Amino acid sequence: MIDWIANLASWELLALNPPGWGGVLLKGLAVSLQVAVGGYLVGFVIGVAGATGKLYGGPVLRDILDVYTTLVRAVPELVLILLLYYAGTDALNQLMMLIGAGPVDISGLVAGIFVIGVVQGAYQTEVLRGAFKAVPHGQIEAARAYGMSSMQVLRRITLPGMLPHAVPGLANLWLIATKDTALLAVVGVAELTLVTRQAGGTTKSYFLFFMAAGLLYLTVTLISNVAIRRIERHARRGMPAVR
Amino acid sequence: MGPELRSWKEPHRLVLLAIGIGIIVFAAVNMRWDWLPRYSWRLVEGVGTTLWLLVLTSVLGFLLAVPLGLAQAAGPWWLSGPARMFCTVIRGTPLLLQLWLLYYGLGSLFAQYPEIRESWAWPYLRSAWPYGVLALTLSFAGYEGEVMRGAFAGVPKGELEAARAYGMSPWTSFRRVWLPRAIHRALPTLAGETVLQLKATPLVATITVVDVYAIISRVRQDTYLTYEPLLLLALIYMMLTGVLVLAFRWLEGKVPVKGG
Repeated sequence: MIDWIANLASWELLALNPPGWGGVLLKGLAVSLQVAVGGYLVGFVIGVAGATGKLYGGPVLRDILDVYTTLVRAVPELVLILLLYYAGTDALNQLMMLIGAGPVDISGLVAGIFVIGVVQGAYQTEVLRGAFKAVPHGQIEAARAYGMSSMQVLRRITLPGMLPHAVPGLANLWLIATKDTALLAVVGVAELTLVTRQAGGTTKSYFLFFMAAGLLYLTVTLISNVAIRRIERHARRGMPAVR
Repeated sequence: MGPELRSWKEPHRLVLLAIGIGIIVFAAVNMRWDWLPRYSWRLVEGVGTTLWLLVLTSVLGFLLAVPLGLAQAAGPWWLSGPARMFCTVIRGTPLLLQLWLLYYGLGSLFAQYPEIRESWAWPYLRSAWPYGVLALTLSFAGYEGEVMRGAFAGVPKGELEAARAYGMSPWTSFRRVWLPRAIHRALPTLAGETVLQLKATPLVATITVVDVYAIISRVRQDTYLTYEPLLLLALIYMMLTGVLVLAFRWLEGKVPVKGG
């Protein structure tokens, strides 16, 4: 027990410069955050397109989007990440061969953003579709009756109206995105969880490093929560308080 | 699928269906599936392990979630504080990290002590599955504990006052009114949480538990195939998710939802 505490308290292992691993962990955190932000934004673009397609698209497009969201939500993220990681890099290389360029080495970062983006896109499609549908139809008709163009209706009525319904779901998906980046450790992207295991494996201080990484993830979550609460308050202004 | 059940017989559906069947036939003919008979029995066993993990950790996690939710909804500060912190930590960190913390961290810690190494528990502590079960159970408890907090807090005050007016002791009113009503309110989320739990189970393969995901990884190593095993794996999980969703829909149909 005593040597464990001594081991746990060997804080110099967390120093920012080698032989400390603190710098490595922070670099891993930076990669995780980049993948999370990038994947979330890619997911948002897919989500907006997907929700629009599901609501206003033709029957074929709607069915294809249904298949996409159902498939992604029914298969474990870990399996999707493996499939998309290999399929995505393969497809890109074949494309490069077609246009005559040599095979490219896709960085784990870009592949990770793509993979998280496709997964997030399915969930965000559903959240945005629900939020769009929550705007009362009468309000949109009233706006049309006032002679607003469809862009004006979108900007003045639909977007502000759907925001309070979209924010909780989107916020939840952001938190999921930050945690899903950990799964990229399985395909060897040097994000926080993987470098933490490497640090633990090299120094045998698994507890120390996993605790430190856990604190980093938790900090991201808690800071996000503060920001989310502010955004939510802004989006819900003028509406009755919940709970 | 949308709320309105559209017909399969619409022409565009038939075309899409034909394309889907075409893709499956193409995959079956042009991809390599000769490894399948050799691994079929092990795959069945792997699915068994996955389901066993899912059921065990969901049940244990739910049993843990009830006191966690109760402590947060009605406990004194020295109970609600730790419970809230537990849920925040579990929900704020990746499950993979928690799993590796328990397996590598606790595992290497236990190995340092001869007393533990010589005890009856060592064969269990040395294998991987207890850590997998523990991590998945805590994770389920963390997420569902938060749901149960809301469920306990949302039971109308009048029902509890009515129970007290009937002369029920606090324990009786908890057992007869508060707990059943809270579980009833939490039921709709349970299906979603269980599907999420199913999708979390393959993580245990990273600590050498042999579930269906681990078997597929074995196939990939043995045959150097990338897509065929992974596509089969995706199909297996899709079917498991489908069965789970149908089972919960059936279950929810059995429970009357009056005033829920």
